[in-house]
Amino acid sequence: MTIDETPRGSGSGGESPGMGRSRTTARDLERYAGLFARRTQGMKSSAMRDMMAITARPEIISLAGGLPDTTTFPAEDVAALMARVAADASARALQYAPTEGMDELKACIVEVMAGEDMDVATDELLVTSGGQQVIDLVCKTLVDPGDVIVAEGPTYPGAVPTFSAYEADVVQIEMDADGMRIELLEDTLDRLARDGRTPKFIYTVPTFHNPAGVTMSLERRRRLVRLAAERELLVLEDNPYGLLRYTGDRLPPLYALDRGEYVIYLGTFSKILSPGLRLGWTAAPRPVLDKLNLGKQGADLCSSTFGQHFVVEYFAQRNWRDLLGRLRELYRRRRDTMLDALAEHLPHETDWTRPEGGMFIWATLPDYIDTSDLLARALREHVAFVPGRAAYLDGRGGSSMRLNFAGVSEDDLREGIRRIGKVVSEQVGLYSTLTGVEPVPRRHAGSAADAAEAAPTARVLPLRRQAGGER
Amino acid sequence: MSRVAVLEGGQSLERQVSLRSGARVREALERLGHDVIAIDVGPDLVERLGAARPDVAFVALHGRDGEDGTVQEILELVGIPYTASGPSACMRCMDKVLAKHALRDAGLPTPDFYAFSQTAFESLGAAHALPAIEERLDFPVVVKPAAQGSALGIRFAPSAAAVPAAIVAAFSYDTKVLLERHISGRELAVSVLDGPEGPEALPVVEAIPRGGDRYDFEARYEIGRTDFVCPAELDDDTTRDAQQLALDAYHVLGCYGFARIDLMREGVTGDLTVLEANAIPGLTETSLLPQAAEAAGISFAAFVERVLDLALARTPA
Repeated sequence: MTIDETPRGSGSGGESPGMGRSRTTARDLERYAGLFARRTQGMKSSAMRDMMAITARPEIISLAGGLPDTTTFPAEDVAALMARVAADASARALQYAPTEGMDELKACIVEVMAGEDMDVATDELLVTSGGQQVIDLVCKTLVDPGDVIVAEGPTYPGAVPTFSAYEADVVQIEMDADGMRIELLEDTLDRLARDGRTPKFIYTVPTFHNPAGVTMSLERRRRLVRLAAERELLVLEDNPYGLLRYTGDRLPPLYALDRGEYVIYLGTFSKILSPGLRLGWTAAPRPVLDKLNLGKQGADLCSSTFGQHFVVEYFAQRNWRDLLGRLRELYRRRRDTMLDALAEHLPHETDWTRPEGGMFIWATLPDYIDTSDLLARALREHVAFVPGRAAYLDGRGGSSMRLNFAGVSEDDLREGIRRIGKVVSEQVGLYSTLTGVEPVPRRHAGSAADAAEAAPTARVLPLRRQAGGER
Repeated sequence: MSRVAVLEGGQSLERQVSLRSGARVREALERLGHDVIAIDVGPDLVERLGAARPDVAFVALHGRDGEDGTVQEILELVGIPYTASGPSACMRCMDKVLAKHALRDAGLPTPDFYAFSQTAFESLGAAHALPAIEERLDFPVVVKPAAQGSALGIRFAPSAAAVPAAIVAAFSYDTKVLLERHISGRELAVSVLDGPEGPEALPVVEAIPRGGDRYDFEARYEIGRTDFVCPAELDDDTTRDAQQLALDAYHVLGCYGFARIDLMREGVTGDLTVLEANAIPGLTETSLLPQAAEAAGISFAAFVERVLDLALARTPA
């Protein structure tokens, strides 16, 4: 289970059935260890992971999740649609579906993609079990052990275990307020070329980045697409949040600019409908799509037929844009609440991104504060975040944290940020005492949300590089 | 046959390890024919103990609350016999500063150290003492939170410049930290188990981090990145000395039932020194105490049964 998809309540089951049935001894473990594939060595369990399990406890205000708010979907609606699927299409809904997905569902996907100015044909689509499966299938299809994947730094924490499992050599490119720095990407590609290495693909979340909260500018989008064409490189565009824009002008996805030549597109129903459905999709160049399809056959034959019927019914009976509109309104308010709370409670030495959409804010603290350690302190105050290191494969990100504003009530957001502000201020003060360096006086707390509206990229920090060593 | 409440989980950072220890203990208890009740320790602990009315509690908790004497005080209060050490020994073991003072007072070797509370820095100007400390301890200096298991928050400061950040990190885990002289050498763990003849030291386990990363402490605690050798490859004298030192530490700290004493054998001189004591060491499949017990011919079930008998035999404080 990834950090992103850990729902509240999991990991707290001390009495869950099945837990007490282990009969392994140390010798057994050694025996199993000898059977594990080499790639499992990259699948690490860490102290941080254990700590993340505590964040699911009910007394904790968790800003660590990647969870959308599913309470906006009226329960009676779910019940009515489910009943209808059961009554009208029971036999079909209980049957296997084609590996590539049901045609009726693909028609819905075409509609969703058109919502972001993308033109796609149903036979260019593969329905998957969540967007996460696309990342897995793309790695399965393209990556041999030691192959290079280029990603942003920070990158989606949920992609890290996937990249690790395929033993990829991940090179992370720094970002600023306009997303991945393409000039650094070019330098990196040149450097790799000199070593005779070509990345198998470039992984990017260009719009409302998870975890960084920034959006790639139009100019950089054009450059990236051009670069991919010139160098014949595949780009995996992960776009779960594109429709969740709260402010600013809509930007075309890479897929729209490239028309599916070098861009593999990843979409999902998780953030516009429900993550519990586990339905996502990919649109990819034909030869790649065929291989992805074969990979999916081996993985799970097809995605949940019942879920596909449910979505089709939902699109037929309801206007999906209504729910989207409600989500946008809800999340925009929550984003503003978090930005205001950050301005009010965090010391001057800190900075954070101001997302125009999506679900996350990336905050960066002074480099002497390690957010993996800080999480232990924060948990004593019953608040949690994702330490920045989870978004890197190279040990960077030590003084940053990811904060989710979408899945938490406004009251909890204010209280959670107040508590984080308290522990950060405490550590800033302590460091100042230890070194004799005076902390910077607190800035005036104005309405950060207003400032964000006026100048969306103001005070967005380049994502800081953490000095190596220390741990 | 007894009615046994297994206390596990809780809110400490070592919750996950505790759940694994607890699951393994429950499984052994059930096979031994006991009536087992699992209790995930939380605000309703006293209530649940009252409802369950166990004959005895098996404490499979690690870290804050469970290993620091808090839960033990509650068990004393409600009059339920429980496994392992009592409140005072738990407090001494969990707080590395208290433990090291007790060891030093008793003449047992432990690396030189200086300890500070957060107040000492904030209100008493302790920061001004840092240069003197750094001079006396030499670099690298090890910075540790006083009360935290599983090596969380432990850092090596290679130079004076790295000390403040290391102290800030350690204060994330506790309000008291210690700066300790770094000992390079072999890491040994000696588990001690009480029995009819009094406490006995089990075979020595050596932890060898893979790849030889001297400063990579996480390696010790990540499965697959550390090799454990049991019994450790030591000459007879060293083995005997290590076991004796562990027994001495066990007595000085006032432990009961079982405990694990972590030692260092200095690389050049071969001197043994006590790093810390664990009042409730891990009982998972990969934990050191069960491995050492197995090496001594004591199965996990036999270990659990013996610890339970000891708990029932103990007269309440």
